[in-house]
Amino acid sequence: MENKERKELTETEAIDLLHELNEDMLPKKFGIVGNSWTALLVIMLLTGIYCYINQIRNGLSITGMRDFVFWGIYISNFVFFVAISLVGSLITAVLYLLKVEWRAPLSRISEVIAVSAIVFAGLIIIVDMGRPDRMINMALHGRIQSPIIWDVMVVSTYMTLSFLLLYFPLLPGIAFCRDRLKGIPKWQHKMYQILSLGWKYSPQQYAVVKKAITILSIIIIPVALCIHTVTSWLFASTYRPGWDSTNFGAYFVSGAFLVGSGGVVAGMYILRQFNPSYKKYLTDMHFDKMGRLLALLALVYAYFSINEYLIPAYKMKGEEAGHLNELFTGYYAPMFWSVQFFGMVLPILVLMFKKGRKPLPMFIMAVFVIVGAWFKRYLIVIPTMSFLPVQEIPEAWKHYSPTFQEWAITGGSLAGALLLITLFVRFFPIISVWEVAEEKGVSHDIIYTHLHEGNEK
Amino acid sequence: MNNEDNQSDRRKFLKYGFLAAGLTVVGGGLQKVLSQDKDKDAGKKVKVMTTDGKVIEVDDAHCKAAQSCCSPATPEGARQGIPGKKFVMVIDLSRCGHELKCQHSCQRYHHLSGMNVWLKVFKMQEGEHTAPYWMPKPCMHCDKPPCVKVCPVSATFKREDGIVLVDNTRCIGCRFCMAACPYSTRSFNWEEPQLLNETTGVVYSPETGFPQKKGTVEKCDFCPDMLKQGKLPHCVTACPNGVFFMGDLNEDTVSNGAETVRFSKLIKDKGGYRLNEILGTEPSVYYLPAVKRLFPFQDPLPGESNEDKEKKG
Repeated sequence: MENKERKELTETEAIDLLHELNEDMLPKKFGIVGNSWTALLVIMLLTGIYCYINQIRNGLSITGMRDFVFWGIYISNFVFFVAISLVGSLITAVLYLLKVEWRAPLSRISEVIAVSAIVFAGLIIIVDMGRPDRMINMALHGRIQSPIIWDVMVVSTYMTLSFLLLYFPLLPGIAFCRDRLKGIPKWQHKMYQILSLGWKYSPQQYAVVKKAITILSIIIIPVALCIHTVTSWLFASTYRPGWDSTNFGAYFVSGAFLVGSGGVVAGMYILRQFNPSYKKYLTDMHFDKMGRLLALLALVYAYFSINEYLIPAYKMKGEEAGHLNELFTGYYAPMFWSVQFFGMVLPILVLMFKKGRKPLPMFIMAVFVIVGAWFKRYLIVIPTMSFLPVQEIPEAWKHYSPTFQEWAITGGSLAGALLLITLFVRFFPIISVWEVAEEKGVSHDIIYTHLHEGNEK
Repeated sequence: MNNEDNQSDRRKFLKYGFLAAGLTVVGGGLQKVLSQDKDKDAGKKVKVMTTDGKVIEVDDAHCKAAQSCCSPATPEGARQGIPGKKFVMVIDLSRCGHELKCQHSCQRYHHLSGMNVWLKVFKMQEGEHTAPYWMPKPCMHCDKPPCVKVCPVSATFKREDGIVLVDNTRCIGCRFCMAACPYSTRSFNWEEPQLLNETTGVVYSPETGFPQKKGTVEKCDFCPDMLKQGKLPHCVTACPNGVFFMGDLNEDTVSNGAETVRFSKLIKDKGGYRLNEILGTEPSVYYLPAVKRLFPFQDPLPGESNEDKEKKG
């Protein structure tokens, strides 16, 4: 994608644009919809926490897991969260380095989704541990040969980098809020003051931030590839049919980019519904571009999926035959085919057409992609453990069925991630003003001088 | 930044520095005084018996609790194996009649609650036209254990005597070892284990595996507490048909309690093999094929299998 000649705006045009951007982007108080949504998320989160306390007291027996299916929806949810969190590096880093202009209004949304997702990935994996009180053993007695330790290292690294990649471009935005938001409680103003780190809108500061973003964008790409590859190796490093696949690294990463982009599209649509002034910045053009990106990613994912299933199905090797039959025609067949169709094939078909890339069909396809991705991860984790022929075990152990408390905890983690995103939208500008201004052709001098003057008052 | 400020800063630093140093000295002294009680017993003597039967007196202060060769080791001590041994087990499938005495004995001596079965006995039938037989499956104690490879905290480990143990004071319950084991030999404590009375006051040892702990993984351990004393594991002695042979590869000898044979000869003569050899895990458990059976294969009578027993409640 070539660096197009930006149409430079005249000074008055630029200043008017900046005024408009500022007014639109400043975070506003929630209305009925916002507050009800937040309340719902808080209730779900608290229910999850209550059930988790129950799990700590009574052990993991409150879940549906037993000795044969010993990894369940906590683990599939973990994989799902790690997958979604890759979108931050895709849109904020990859598209930034490729100098793709239209990504500017989307970069912060995607980074917020990424940070919330990776934080809750870390939390849900702790929920799955039998002895979380011994977590410190991973530091004291950690074995570098274990894929779990690799996962801990890359996830922590990615969490830090993503947070920085969110925070640095946000500094001008926090400073706006500090200087421009009126009628806010004292603590909120104090929060902006502390977090803005003394931002003075000077060209030197902008230069430092831009350099930091470039460096972070370069570093975060290999780390992002690492996190989902290493997560896939938690399965691929075992002998089990369905997991013992050399395809897993690329397969998981391609799926991750797909579901993350779906998340951003869903976020875009919801934000526009929530605050109609955003329609000026998250335009039909952005949906169109994201639609093409989504179709491309779905095609890449389809390629890896075909590799994952077609060739083992051709051979139908011993144990793998049992596993594949369960997926294609057996117990998991309805879920498997729905996921393939609704989560992958249908989005490709719809998004190939211009009409399909309008906001509403895009949103519906994005929801299909996200829900399909969640169940796809379920299909990756659970069937491998449950198809094995077993003898002399209780009937209840033969098929895994998550209990209500397990769903509550998993739902609580999803609610928690959404809550983080919601709180961010409430208190910080969700679209990056200075990056959008750059995209629209406002020269840097104007950004620096006008904003600086405007905020001295 | 004038001289007076500097001077008062320096005085403050010196004042607080001396105060801290003084407190440390006083604290250290107090600690010494309080621990002097121990030195009071410096004169106390205890009688001990040496290994050759003589009774001697030693200062109590010089006495240190030592590991008896015969008591189960602490979590740290359990990582040392019995020196000079390489344990190996041979299971003669031609003799197994699904009596399950091995399983019951293992359950009893390890105080295992119903659902956590360490030694399972399966009906095996590889192909449509091959003969069915009973196969007991303990932990294989592989020489290249995938479980040890993936454990993030080294809670499961392989000793020099070949035994793979789990230290349940360190296990974090991630269950990765369960995923990695190609023999599905491990089980997990999903809730607080129901322990029998005999385990109150017993200190946990990885060599016995009890008292079990909630949220940790466990498995067959080849009974190292018995092997240390030169005795055979419980499953070996419990089996009425002499199915299990246990022994030392270094001595090339295995025994089922009644017969003692050369391991290499037994394997060669009877065509011994290992499970999933092709995976390269190098198990320590060998199987002798089910030929020239002691009795013909019989499905368990209704009500006899563990599944039926569980249904009965």
